[in-house]
Amino acid sequence: MTTTQNTAIQKRLTSCHSCHQLVRLPAAHERVRISCPRCASVLYPRKRNSIARTWALVIAACVFYVPANLLPIMEVTSLGAVQADTIMSGVIYFVQSGEWPIAVVIFTASIFIPILKLLVLILLLASVQMRSRWRPRDRTRLYRITETMGRWSMVDIYVVTIMVALVHLGALANVAAGPGALYFAAVVVITMFAAMTFDPRLIWDALE
Amino acid sequence: MHLACHECDLLQSIPPLSERGTAKCGRCGAVLVRHKPNSIERTLALAVTGLILFILANAFPILEFEINGEITATTLIGAVGSLYASGEWPLAVVVFLTTQAAPLSQILIKLYVYLPLWLNRVPWRPGVAFRLLLEIEPWSMMSVFMLGILVSVVKLAKMAHILPGTSLWAFVLLIVVLAAAVASMDTALVWQRLEASR
Repeated sequence: MTTTQNTAIQKRLTSCHSCHQLVRLPAAHERVRISCPRCASVLYPRKRNSIARTWALVIAACVFYVPANLLPIMEVTSLGAVQADTIMSGVIYFVQSGEWPIAVVIFTASIFIPILKLLVLILLLASVQMRSRWRPRDRTRLYRITETMGRWSMVDIYVVTIMVALVHLGALANVAAGPGALYFAAVVVITMFAAMTFDPRLIWDALE
Repeated sequence: MHLACHECDLLQSIPPLSERGTAKCGRCGAVLVRHKPNSIERTLALAVTGLILFILANAFPILEFEINGEITATTLIGAVGSLYASGEWPLAVVVFLTTQAAPLSQILIKLYVYLPLWLNRVPWRPGVAFRLLLEIEPWSMMSVFMLGILVSVVKLAKMAHILPGTSLWAFVLLIVVLAAAVASMDTALVWQRLEASR
């Protein structure tokens, strides 16, 4: 592979975000909107307001993260006794009953990944704003991992869905979704949008 | 072929690749182009299989639950329905979009784009359709739902008797087929074909 060591933006070009077609950017004074001749996407040299939008979504996710963990995500009625489960108590339940593999899966998907995702996005945003030149390749890799892992956090929401659908026998046994479930789903969806609005090319712009 | 890396913006020229060749960005390591053998035929075949399995996976219950002789069963869409009926409609919408709407539209758009391509034709507004397909992909979470089934089976096994429903097997196969249908896609090839036929 030959690299010309030039970025697209230096050559007044941009790569279409959906089909990767190279398109010539208009001169700065022209102020026209350009669209991709191949797939008709509206093009911008970088994702628009990437940093501000990503910060807004990250902060929103942090706010929702608190009730998502404090409020119960599931209320289980068994023989008249009601038990409310938060995300953490769900993990502890599996640890205590000796189901280690399931406990590890739930812990990773519901606690580890969301926290890691928020921390990585904050690190990336802060490093881009400080125009850091620190290990851009590793930061890009961190971004890539964050973007692909986020969806697995939805697993707890699906567990609640299946339990609610299967267990509805009145006072004998009944499962209802708790208020925390909605906040948790919001955290997952918002952090997915946050990863999508972040533009990893900003990491590399500081090097030029 | 010249292109700019979508993750670091570096301009580079990509030499002709072999049938299974992959080109990675020389600076940040992002995958720029990934060729697949018989990509169009394979993706089309997997999309057709996916559609059949999707119908089967929705036609019968995925899980059955027995307690004191009382049996409750749920289908995939029925699970969304119970959530909706219990008053949790925002959650029901999220689950519906990620486990029904997104995977089904993924399959249908693939048929819409790949069937004409296989017949050397071009569908109406293919660029918009193919772009939509790429944008839907992260929201299709069937495999995560499968993990959710596994966890709930372990959880429920303590309370009562859990039986696999008729559709569970179709559902397991569907996840494999959906993953293969994503992996068999050669997006650069599709864009080239769509461009060449205009």
